[in-house]
Amino acid sequence: MNKPLRRIALFCGILVLALLIRDNWLQYVRADELNTHKLNRRVQIERYAYERGNIIVDGKPITGSVETKGSDFKYKRTYTNGPMWAPVTGFASQAFDANQIEKLEDGILTGNDDRLFFDSTMAMFTGEKKKGGDVVTTLDGKAQEAAFKGLGDKKGAVAAIDPQTGRILALASTPSYDPSVFAGNSLEDSENRQKLLTDKDKPMVNRALRETYPPGSTFKVVTAAAALENGVVEDIDAPTDTPEPYIIPLSRTPMKNSHGNCEKASLNAAMEVSCNSVFANLGDKVSRDKMVETAQKFGFNNAEIDTPVRASASVYNKTMDRGGNALSSIGQFDTAATPLQMAMVTAAIANDGKLMKPYMIDQLRAPDLDVIQTFEPEEMSRPVSQENAQLLQQMMENVVDQGTGTKAQIKGVTVGGKTGTAQHGVGNSKRPYAWFISYAKTDNGSPVAVAVVVEDSSGIARDDISGGGLAAPIARDVMKAVLDGKE
Amino acid sequence: MSVVTNTTTIGAIDAPSRRNTELVLLAFAVAIPVFAYLNVGLALDGEVPSGMLGYGLGLGLMASVAHIVVRKFARYADPLLLPLATLLNGLGLVLIWRLDQSPRLNARADFAPQATNQLMYSALGIALFVGVLMILKDHRVLQRFTYISMAAALVLLLLPLVPGLGADVFGAKIWIRVGGFSIQPGEFAKIVIAVFFSGYLMVKRDALALASRRFMGLYLPRGRDLGPILTIWAMSLLILVFENDLGTSLLFFGMFVVMLYVATERTSWIVMGLLMSAGGAVVVAQFASHVQSRVAAWLDPFGCLETAPEGSNMINACDQMTQVLMSFGAGGTLGTGLGQGNSDLISFAANSDFIFATVGEELGLTGVMAFLLLYGLIIERGIRTALAARDPFGKLFAVGLSGAFALQVFVVAGGVMGLIPLTGMTMPFLAAGGSSVIANWALIGILIRISDTARRPAPAPAPSPDAEMTQVVRP
Repeated sequence: MNKPLRRIALFCGILVLALLIRDNWLQYVRADELNTHKLNRRVQIERYAYERGNIIVDGKPITGSVETKGSDFKYKRTYTNGPMWAPVTGFASQAFDANQIEKLEDGILTGNDDRLFFDSTMAMFTGEKKKGGDVVTTLDGKAQEAAFKGLGDKKGAVAAIDPQTGRILALASTPSYDPSVFAGNSLEDSENRQKLLTDKDKPMVNRALRETYPPGSTFKVVTAAAALENGVVEDIDAPTDTPEPYIIPLSRTPMKNSHGNCEKASLNAAMEVSCNSVFANLGDKVSRDKMVETAQKFGFNNAEIDTPVRASASVYNKTMDRGGNALSSIGQFDTAATPLQMAMVTAAIANDGKLMKPYMIDQLRAPDLDVIQTFEPEEMSRPVSQENAQLLQQMMENVVDQGTGTKAQIKGVTVGGKTGTAQHGVGNSKRPYAWFISYAKTDNGSPVAVAVVVEDSSGIARDDISGGGLAAPIARDVMKAVLDGKE
Repeated sequence: MSVVTNTTTIGAIDAPSRRNTELVLLAFAVAIPVFAYLNVGLALDGEVPSGMLGYGLGLGLMASVAHIVVRKFARYADPLLLPLATLLNGLGLVLIWRLDQSPRLNARADFAPQATNQLMYSALGIALFVGVLMILKDHRVLQRFTYISMAAALVLLLLPLVPGLGADVFGAKIWIRVGGFSIQPGEFAKIVIAVFFSGYLMVKRDALALASRRFMGLYLPRGRDLGPILTIWAMSLLILVFENDLGTSLLFFGMFVVMLYVATERTSWIVMGLLMSAGGAVVVAQFASHVQSRVAAWLDPFGCLETAPEGSNMINACDQMTQVLMSFGAGGTLGTGLGQGNSDLISFAANSDFIFATVGEELGLTGVMAFLLLYGLIIERGIRTALAARDPFGKLFAVGLSGAFALQVFVVAGGVMGLIPLTGMTMPFLAAGGSSVIANWALIGILIRISDTARRPAPAPAPSPDAEMTQVVRP
């Protein structure tokens, strides 16, 4: 009976060998795939097993972590002044994943990034608790506060940039939400989130980066830039050939001006009182393709503006007809811009024509404060020449000095700006958006450019809605906060 | 290591008993689980677990008793079997204790800590081991009980079907409840039925091997000799259908085929066995929904999780399979370390049927391979015992037990690792469950008894006065 016995022994050996091979396949070959599987709860457990690193503004954290009981997740995210900072931080929730910086820099914040490998390995040996690294932002706490307070209970957004570097200084959006109300994974958290998702005011939308609005008259500075760059206007004080009434090309519709004295008005004068006819006429003369070219140099039609949170693409239609182009040149029709985009336009002009890439993360730091990565200012494009930029500045400063933007004046500081009141809705049925873009200038160039949009100015008589009245004071406060901080 | 026996007529040289080897190995087999216990305590609470001394002493005491009994009653037994079983049992206790500490499992209504019970059952198992060695002086005695064993095995296997006695636990009717205890009679039936197979096959082997017709290269047995294999086959299917127990069914049939092959030395039995199990499997799979869900969970666990209907048996099977696979994945090459994994995410049966996933996650590929090799060693020592045994009954008995052990390990580990469809069976010595650990200690006891008989040197020939005379040199 020994021969079959030996064969049985061999057979049993093969069984064990099969198990060994299968195990290698499972635990060596497929381990990564299984470990990162979306159904694998360990990923979530691991993410919240340690204190998450913080998002830092002005050297102080605006986030925190608290220990929680009763679930798989040990730590829960907390937010200081959550609603004010939500457009910057995004949220990190035990149950509902994360977004924006919390999501994009998750590796650093959880401490699982490869660049933190050395730190976590050292922590393993020294017995220290593992902790995530920090994300240091470029934001200015004072400016953010001014923007958020200025918007108050109005619906709208503010984006402020340092024109010389592209550093984002403020990014506010109202109505906002507090990410800490659904940072956990309890039933209450889930209800809170549901309430936010179904809120008709959409508090979770990041209006500063992700919402596009018709920019209205604030877009006229782009049209003016295109006119100057393409030689359509050489002297900003020379009269243009704009008739009154100006008939929109390819149509019989006359273009309305809310203000008189627009017939043959010079570019400077037209900017001061915001003549629609003059800019529509100029846009038409520049031609659609040249308008598109200039708008794109400012950042329009670019779907990849990453701050690193990606901003929605602002639009200047590339295929419309002459009439559409004329209307688009005054920021209506198909033209749509995010507040960040309009802040970029302002910043490029304030920075003598050089557009810096906007960014809001300054540094990534390891838990022991070692800097892992520093982000440097980067030039994005040059939409206008230096001389033309200075001409544009002259006109914008004129707007604040004696035009529609006087409410943005700051004593002893040169301020340039442009108002906008954008119509929207079918047949202009809805309340218009109030826009204001501006920059402040000191002897060392411009430290701040702001774009403000007030979306639905509830409680204000319709005729009183204007960029100059509603949005300009907010812009002024933000600029003042930045200037005060510089002193 | 072969048995050293002197085959000359002059006399037997005492073969080394290897008892001291066993003692040294046993020391390791106790020390390793104690360190593992310490490891779990440090990982979970950051301090030396309070029960460590008691646990170490308990395991040490059980091992010592077993060793002393082997020394006394089975002097020539295989020196590896006892340490291997002790090591697996000890590590099993550590793993069960580790899962007892899981807050996630403790939050479940159907979970109760098992470590203390398991320790008690292990002690009972060792007691049975000692009993086997002390009472069963010669395994050949069991031949007398061939047909009684058959009856006993049938009763044990069918007990769970008795109304009022059998307990339907999570779909499988393999438990019976006596007093406050639940017992899996199938685990014991495994040993009893091996007695019947050995006794029966030893007698019938010639008839089965020789009285056959040749057909297409296969030896087909006569109709009347085909009876027993058909009976066993039918019984396996009955167990499968009525008790929802894929594992036991496969185990018995597989064990029978192995023993039949060894007894008759005819490969055709293997072919027939494979054909019959394939046929049975196909037929049963047509109408047994739990078999279907397990096959679905085996083929594509992640996929079937999405396609299976909500709240169905299938979705549970698939979910469990994905959790087990992710547990193994999480372990990777070196594992997360004892106490530091999340294998308790498997939730249901994490400490019994799926305990191997905890090994996979916390000890990693390395640990799983080590465990598989430990099991492999037990199996091969068992077959080696069969090879060394001098009597056909002992040979068949040893190979039956080892084969059953091997099949059980393969079916459980293969099922948990997704190599074959999952069956609800316990990993010998490792999983929580009294019947399993007690029955497996008895199994090791019997193997030790057979190996002792096999390795015992032939008694020295009686001194022959004639021989002595010839040595006398007369002056």
